[in-house]
Order: sequence, then C-alpha cells, then structure tokens
Amino acid sequence: MALRGQSVPRLEDARLITGRGRYTADIQLAGQLTALMVRSPHAHARIRSVDGDRARALPGVHAVYTGQDTKGVLNPIPTAWLPPGSDLATTDHPALAWDVVRYVGDAVAMVVADSLAAARKARDLIEVDYEPLPAVTGVTEATAPGAPLVHEGVPGNRALFWHAGASTDEVEAALRQAEVRVRLPLVQQRLIPNPMEPRAAVAQYDPSTGKLTLWATSQNPHIHRLLVAGVLGLPEHRVRVIAGDVGGGFGSKIACYPDEVLVAHAARELRRPVRWVEERREHFVATTHGRDHVEEVELGGTRDGILTALKVRARANLGAYLSTAAPGVPTILFGLIVNGAYDIPHVAVDVEGVYTNTTPVDAYRGAGRPEATFLIERLVDRFAREVGMDPVEVRRRNLVAADRFPYTNALGITYDSGRYHAALDRALAMLDPGQVSRHREEARRQGRLLGVGVSTYVEMCGLGPSEVAGAVGFQGGLWEHALVRVLPTGKVMVMTGASPHGQGEETTFAQLVADRLGCSLDDVEVMHGDTDLVSMGWGTYGSRSTAVGGGALSVALDRVVDKARQVAAHTLEASVGDVVLEAGRFYVQGVQDRSVAFAEVALKAHLAWSLPAGVEPGLEAQASYNPTNFTYPYGTHVAVVEVDPETGDIHLRRYIAVDDCGPRINPMIVEGQVRGGVVQGIGQALWEGAAYDRQGQLVTGSLMDYALPKARFFPPIETDALETPAAHNPLGVKGVGETGTIAATPTIVNAVLDALAPLGIHNLDMPLTPERVWQAIEASGWKAAAGGQGGVQA
Amino acid sequence: MTLAAFAYQRPRSLAEAVEAMAEAPDARWLSGGMSLLPMMKLELAAPPALLDLSGVEDLRGIRDEGDFLHIGAMTRHVELARDPAVRRDAHLASLAAERIGDPQVRNRGTVGGSLAHADPAADLPAALLALDAEVEAVSARGRRALSVQDLLLGPMMTALEPDELIVAIRIPKHTGHRQAYTKVPHPASGYAVVGVAVAIHEEGGRVRQAAIAVTGVALKAFRAARAEAVLAGQAVDQEVLAEAAGLVCDGQDVLGDVYASAAYRRQLAQVVTRRTLEGLR
Ligand SMILES: Cc1cc2nc3c(=O)[nH]c(=O)nc-3n(C[C@H](O)[C@H](O)[C@H](O)COP(=O)(O)OP(=O)(O)OC[C@H]3O[C@@H](n4cnc5c(N)ncnc54)[C@H](O)[C@@H]3O)c2cc1C
Repeated sequence: MALRGQSVPRLEDARLITGRGRYTADIQLAGQLTALMVRSPHAHARIRSVDGDRARALPGVHAVYTGQDTKGVLNPIPTAWLPPGSDLATTDHPALAWDVVRYVGDAVAMVVADSLAAARKARDLIEVDYEPLPAVTGVTEATAPGAPLVHEGVPGNRALFWHAGASTDEVEAALRQAEVRVRLPLVQQRLIPNPMEPRAAVAQYDPSTGKLTLWATSQNPHIHRLLVAGVLGLPEHRVRVIAGDVGGGFGSKIACYPDEVLVAHAARELRRPVRWVEERREHFVATTHGRDHVEEVELGGTRDGILTALKVRARANLGAYLSTAAPGVPTILFGLIVNGAYDIPHVAVDVEGVYTNTTPVDAYRGAGRPEATFLIERLVDRFAREVGMDPVEVRRRNLVAADRFPYTNALGITYDSGRYHAALDRALAMLDPGQVSRHREEARRQGRLLGVGVSTYVEMCGLGPSEVAGAVGFQGGLWEHALVRVLPTGKVMVMTGASPHGQGEETTFAQLVADRLGCSLDDVEVMHGDTDLVSMGWGTYGSRSTAVGGGALSVALDRVVDKARQVAAHTLEASVGDVVLEAGRFYVQGVQDRSVAFAEVALKAHLAWSLPAGVEPGLEAQASYNPTNFTYPYGTHVAVVEVDPETGDIHLRRYIAVDDCGPRINPMIVEGQVRGGVVQGIGQALWEGAAYDRQGQLVTGSLMDYALPKARFFPPIETDALETPAAHNPLGVKGVGETGTIAATPTIVNAVLDALAPLGIHNLDMPLTPERVWQAIEASGWKAAAGGQGGVQA
Repeated sequence: MTLAAFAYQRPRSLAEAVEAMAEAPDARWLSGGMSLLPMMKLELAAPPALLDLSGVEDLRGIRDEGDFLHIGAMTRHVELARDPAVRRDAHLASLAAERIGDPQVRNRGTVGGSLAHADPAADLPAALLALDAEVEAVSARGRRALSVQDLLLGPMMTALEPDELIVAIRIPKHTGHRQAYTKVPHPASGYAVVGVAVAIHEEGGRVRQAAIAVTGVALKAFRAARAEAVLAGQAVDQEVLAEAAGLVCDGQDVLGDVYASAAYRRQLAQVVTRRTLEGLR
C-alpha cells in the first residue's frame, strides 16, 4: 500500500518527546566557554563609553567584546532582501552597537567566561555610560514632522517606499465611480514569535584548518553560512553551519543575528568553543518580531456586490535595523496578493517601511500574507455590511471561479489552480445553518451575542521561482536541492536543502522515498541542516519545503530509478523500456517471474562487476529543482463566537477549517500544521500583542504578560480538505505551514464584529481583549437602548 | 534563567527549622518553590540560604478539630482541592485551590507558601478571607495566631516577621454554607484578573451570614463589607443581589494595568460577583 496519503506517525517524534533531540543548546564541547550579552536598557541612547576592565579582571573571564573592539573586524550584518524601486535606505547594522543603541535589547557588549556564573558576574561589572536620546516606537510618531531620527542619515525615518499595481490615480478614479465604497483604518499589531526553543549558537574554530563550525538555531543554514562568512570575512568553504534539531522558528530563525556572528568571532579569537543560549526574556527583545502595520484601506464596488477597486496604504514598522528578509515582507509578500481570492480589477498598493526604536521586525508565520488577508477579508465583510448583503454572498460573487485558472491578478501574480467556491460550500455544509440558529437562540436566551465569521483566503507560498526572487530583489535563489544516495544494501540516505524545524519532513520525505523505491520507512534516513553534508539549500520558510524541496527530491528519485532500471534491465537481460519498478522489485513487463529486488540492483550497481555499457558504478542522484511558479493554497475558515456583552469576553464556540494544500502526503501532519497555524492566528486576533511604552520599553516582555494561546482556550477545531494538485510542481503540493495563521485572524475578527454588528460596531483593533470589546459596547450605548434586556438574566 | 548559588538546609522538625533560621537570619523558607524559585531565577530575590520545609512533619496534614479544620502549612494545593473534609466543611478553599495555575503548580505549591507570598492576584487569600481563616505562626519568640485579614498587608507584604513561619491555617467549619469561587484568569499569567469568593449561610429564607472576598482587584485581597451588609438579614432576590454586587469594590483603590483598566476591573468584579451570587441561589 502506498504510504503517500497515510497518516504515518512522525519519525522525529520518538527522539523529540523522549528528550533525545539534539538541540543547539545540547552541544557540549571540551573546553567550551559561555557567552552572555549586555543589552541596552534604553530604546535610544548615545554610548559614551563601555568599560569592561573590571569584568575582564574577574577570574574565569576570557574576554569582553565591545562595539569599538569589533568595529572594522566584523562587517555589519547585511540585509538580504532589497526590493527594487523601493528607495531602500539601508544602514549599518553592527553586531555590537558602535556609538548608538537603537532599541531596548540592542547588544552592546559580549562577555565570554568559563561558566555561566562567572559570565553573569562579569556582565554585571561591565559599565556602559549612556546618554539617553528621544525615542520613537510607532509608525505614526516616527513619521511625524520633527520626529527623532533612528538613523541620522535616514530622513523621516523612512526605510523604504514601495508601490505596486495600478497608479493611485487610476484606482482613485475607480473608487470614485464605485457605487459603494468602504474604508477601514486597520492596525495589525506587533507579535513576538516565541517558538518553544529560544535561539542558541555554539561555535568552534579549528586553527589547524582554519575552519569554523557554527551550530545555530537556523531555518536556513546555507544562508547563515553565506552571511556569517561575509560578516566574519571568512571564505565560505571554511564555514560549516549545523542546524540540528530546531524547536520551531515561525520565521524568527531565518535572520542572521548579532549573537551568532559574535559567538563565531569569539571562538575564532579565543580558540575555544563558545556557547550562547538565549533566555526567554531575552527572546522578547532580541529576536525579531512580526507584523506591525498601520493601514488605511479602501474597497469599492457595485450595489449588487461586485468588487471593482482596492486601495491599500500601509505603514510597516521595521524596527531599528533592517533584519535579513525584512524589506521583502511588507512589500513583495504582502502587496502582491492584497486582493486575496477575489477578482478585483483595479488595485493600488503603497507601502512605507519605517524605522523605529524597537526590536527589528521580520518574517513571522505567514509573513506579509496574513497582513494582506486580514485587510481584504475585513474589507469584504465591511463592504457586505454596507450593501446589505450576506458576506458569504459577496464572497461568492467575487471569488475567482474554478474555470478561470491560471488567473492573473491585478498585481501580476498568476494563481495556478483552485476551487474556491467548492471550499466555501464544504465549510458552510460543515457549519450547518440549523445548528447555528440553535446556538444563536441559546446564546440570546443567556444574554450573549453570537457571531459567525468567514474568511475565504488564498496565499502565495512555495517560494519560489528563482528568476522571480531575483526580480523582486531577494539576494538568493529559491530553488532547492536534494540528493538520494542508495547504499549497497539498498538502504537510502536523503540529503535535502530544506531545513525542517518542526514541520515533519523527515517523515513526509521518507514516505515519498519509500513509495518510489518500494522500501520501508525504516530503510530511509532523511538528513538536513548541515552545510558540509547537504550540497546546497535555501531553507525552510514560506511554506516551501514540500513543494520545492519535495520537488527536488521527486526529481532525484526519478533519476535514481532511471539508473537502477538500466542496471536491472542488464541483469534481467531485457530492454530498459520493458522493465518496471513495482513494490521494490524490477519486473520485465508482462513476465512476472523475471524480477530482481531493488536492493539487489543497488548492490550490483555498487559492486560494478557487470554493468551495462556507459553506466557508472554506484547508485545516487541529485537534483536541483527550480519551481516555475509559487503555489497558492486556499480555503475557507469559519468561526462561531459568542460575546458576553457585560464583560466583553469572547467565547469560541466552533472553528472550521477547510483547506486545499494539494494532495496530502501525510494528512496528520497537514492537520497538525493547520491546527497550530489556526491557534496562532487566533492568538493574534484575541490575545497577543507587543506593547511599548513612550520610552520604548517593552511592557509585554514576558510570558506572564504576553498571552500566547493555550490549548484550553479552544474548542475542537473541525477540519476538512480539498486536494486540488498544483498544476506545475512534481508532487502537486502547495504548502500548508502558514495557511492556518493566514486564515484564522480575520475569521475570528469577522465573527466578533458580526456579533457586534447589531450594536453598530464595525471595527475594532486587535487583540480583541475583553476590555476593548466591553469599551466598544459601552460606547455604543447598547445597554441604554436595550433597556432591561441588556444584562444577563439568571 | 539560572539560579545564583545559595546554601540549602532541610530541617527535620519545627524546632530545628526555627533554630536554623535564628542562625541564618537572611535565609528564606522554601515550601513548594513555585513562587520563590521563579523570583530567584528572575533575579528579583537572591537569598543566601534556603530552609526547605518539606522535611518538617508538623507542617503536614489536615485535621478535624471540632469547630475548625487544621490545615498544615505544607498542604499542597492539590490536597486542599481534593480532601473530603475540606470539601465538606470549607468547600471554598477547595474550589479556589482547584483554580490555581496548572497541575504541576498545584502538585508543588502549598497553602502556607501562597499566604506568605501574598500575591495580590492569588486565589487562596480570597477564599481564606471569606472563610474567616486564621494563621498560626511560629518563631524563636514563640507561637501566635493572626487572622488572614491581619496577615495580608499589601502586595507581597504580610505581617509575618522575616524569621517567622506559618505552621498551619485554621478554618472555622462552614458546613452547610453555600460557597463558590469564580475566577477570571489573565490569559498570559493565569492569575486572577478578578477572583470572587462567596460563602453564604441562610436560615429560614434569609441570609444569616454573607462573606464576599475579592482578589486581583486591589493591592491585596479584601472583604467586600458593604456588599455583605446589603445581603445580611435579607430574603435574597435579584434586586438585592444586584445591589450587593454593585458595591463589591466600594472603598477600594481598584488596580489598572495594560490588560485591564481600573474601570474595566470594577465592572468585571461587579458582574462576576452578581453572577456568583446568582449561581448560588
Ligand atoms: C506557573 C505558575 C502559575 C501559578 N498560578 C497561580 C494561580 O493561578 N493562582 C495562585 O494563587 N497562585 C499561582 N501560582 C503560585 C502558586 O500558587 C505558589 O505555589 C504559591 O504562591 C506559593 O507557594 P509555594 O509553596 O510554592 O511557596 P514558595 O515559592 O516556596 O515560597 C513563597 C514565599 O513564601 C515564603 N514561605 C513559604 N512557605 C512559608 C511558610 N510556611 N511560612 C512563611 N513563609 C513561607 C517563602 O520564603 C517565599 O517568600 C502560580 C505559580 C506558578 C509557577
């Protein structure tokens, strides 16, 4: 039986849940030293001096590094996404601040000592003399005239300005002509990723070979190799980056961070291994954040619900420095898909990227596409309300119809495939209108307001065609590499450029191999995350690993089979064209008793005692797969919520997710991704939000005040799937790592606003905390109007 | 998030514990460690020595003492939640204990530790206030009893002397009182944004005794005296309950923070109180 399509248990789980994973922080090398960072307590300050002498004098302290020590020795950390035509104002991002600190958490010094205790003591003795400067934390204040400048050379704190789609004039005109237009001010608040494993780095330098090995919590070790080599001035082949087990990233482990290059630098200088492990509270300030948009968005259409024009003006807070992929997130990954799953002819997008005195903002699960989806899904609901139509009906009338694929949107992106209406119908069937009315009646009797929210999202992922990467300024390729090595005993090793860190590709890839070669899962080992082992890779993000990495694997498997077939044909004395591989044996077509096992062929290929002419010994193949398009998973999510008008509390009653990520190799893993994504998306809607005070201090700086979603907050999540193959990749898969996060946030907000619509409440900023909801209800004057019916009666 | 070095001792008796404290006056008592250890990890506390109370037999166990329940200070939250005598005679204490943190915290955290720590949003202080509980404390200077009301002075502040140790809690039996604890947890910390503990004793259709205590709302847990007074002697109906609930924060300086402003907390406390009272009818 084919393993593809089976929910086989994850091969990685046994080691991970029994504590046998090998995370970066688990690395223990002889003579290893401990590094700690001194971080700025100020959001913005001039550094008058850093005095490490007292710290250096402590027993057990090997070094104290400062910005001035490392200036000229370490190159600034580069930004790897430079969107063309965006007036990008890049600035130097030193690993340790030279003269100015620009956010709370900015690294100022690093101490390296024998033990954590010694390092702690030393850290407390490092004296930094700061001259505080005025700080800005939000895009509105940062772009106000006369605002303090985060970087002296960047007027107006404007990091970039980017436009996509039609001219603003054209879209303005279309909006003026529209029968109905609605406008929303939207805030998509800043989020803090918080993967289970914080970041960590361990570096070792071998002076005899000049080789540096860096264990790092990375989603893309080859990109890290490139960047770390560049910052340290080492030749690329003398840097090895290893990402062992990585406990989640959500985008926050894409970037090259100061800590990693500093640890590497110290290992090189001190000739001792150096280890740094991020503390949770450090993570809150020192690891990139996500989202943080302030938007004005406008949608126009006809009275019968046909959408005609969309205008988006977004200001994106990029923080104090441009993190590795930061400029691409609020532009390319956001602006090119703001129309969502709807056919809207006139679209214009303006994005302003803004520097502020806050932690840098970069990719966070969904990266740009949640922001795009939120705005269009919110607008469509608002529009439906305005024209007095059911939001579902407006969606139906504007969703791209199944017979229109490939469909090119107004921003030039071509969606390859989809059955948007079918997903909507499936989700609504699960919703069951009868049950909704019963719930509505029950809620009404108990004094609660029931709301139903829908989001019919599409995303653009499976990043992506390398030509497009180049055209949009991504400083890398987006193809993927795979190598399949069959050993003499027929066992298989796979080396993939994907770098899974929780997504389960060790299992799904093994399923693909086992199916193709007819071996068992146990016969396959999938290896990744080591630049000396894996030829090349661009890593795991943008829901690309199965679509692109799996594509490469698929091609490599074809090549292995082709070669094995030649050897088999030679063995069976048949012509190559007559030999077929079935369930692990090569047969001569139509002759059942002439066969040879795949493992036997592997042995013959390695022994090379008798190979057909022109066939080299051994049995391995590699492939580099460069996709021709992005992938476009889509679906419909529906939420049923109840609002308690007296407390503003929101109760999740039901959540339905119907997603099409193409054929599912392992439905259980797909569901896991959907569920995890959904709860994370709901996290943004209801609980999460980073808050800075006026001085630029992060006031939500721990898990005691930053509310991550907990399992008990959720009803069972009801899932179903459509499986429409992507038209252009070998496996037909579309990616599922981000869909849940992308779809869930607007679904929930739409549901809450549906509940509150009778009160005249049409917009609320996230997170929808009980207080925020209650304040809105109070302001609506609802109680007075409803008289004695307002309260919850016993 | 690692602990700085500290000395550690595990006395085997109350006398030994008191003596050890006299010899190391800067030491801190360690019970469940669920509050103290996090504070040490966050460098908010750095005691040079810890005196672990887990070996002191006298601090353990729940005993029936006639009109009172005697609850050893080292009683774990989980024991308080499950103990049949407590469930029968001081149900509110079980109900509040059930709502503390998560299973790990309930398995380690203790009654004595929770009271001594005096977190203004902790659950047990409200329940024990409503139950008119009393604390028994011991130091080298001897033994004394003080009410929970007198024990709690403010956020993380109690009337205990630094060398004094809670030995037990004594709860007057509330058998037959109708009791409830309603908690609105903070979505991040799990501590109470508002927690309302109610114990009501009715006779012949009238309230003979009403106790309402609130946590999370002010700098320390408090008894809602005016609300209680409204109920006392009344035959309870919807209107009386609403009036009492409306007075629950009377005279209190209600806290506001990023998650819940003072105005919202007040509203929440009133709604929660009303619903809790309604739920008991
Ligand atoms: C994740 C988490 C969630 C939590 N959630 C909640 C919650 O929802 N509600 C809630 O109420 N609490 C909560 N807590 C706190 C928990 O209830 C603690 O157990 C309790 O506050 C302290 O009890 P302990 O036995 O752990 O005390 P310890 O941490 O050992 O000590 C706390 C303080 O009391 C002192 N002390 C301890 N025992 C005595 C004694 N017998 N006499 C005098 N002084 C003493 C110590 O010196 C220290 O200063 C939570 C804790 C954690 C870690």
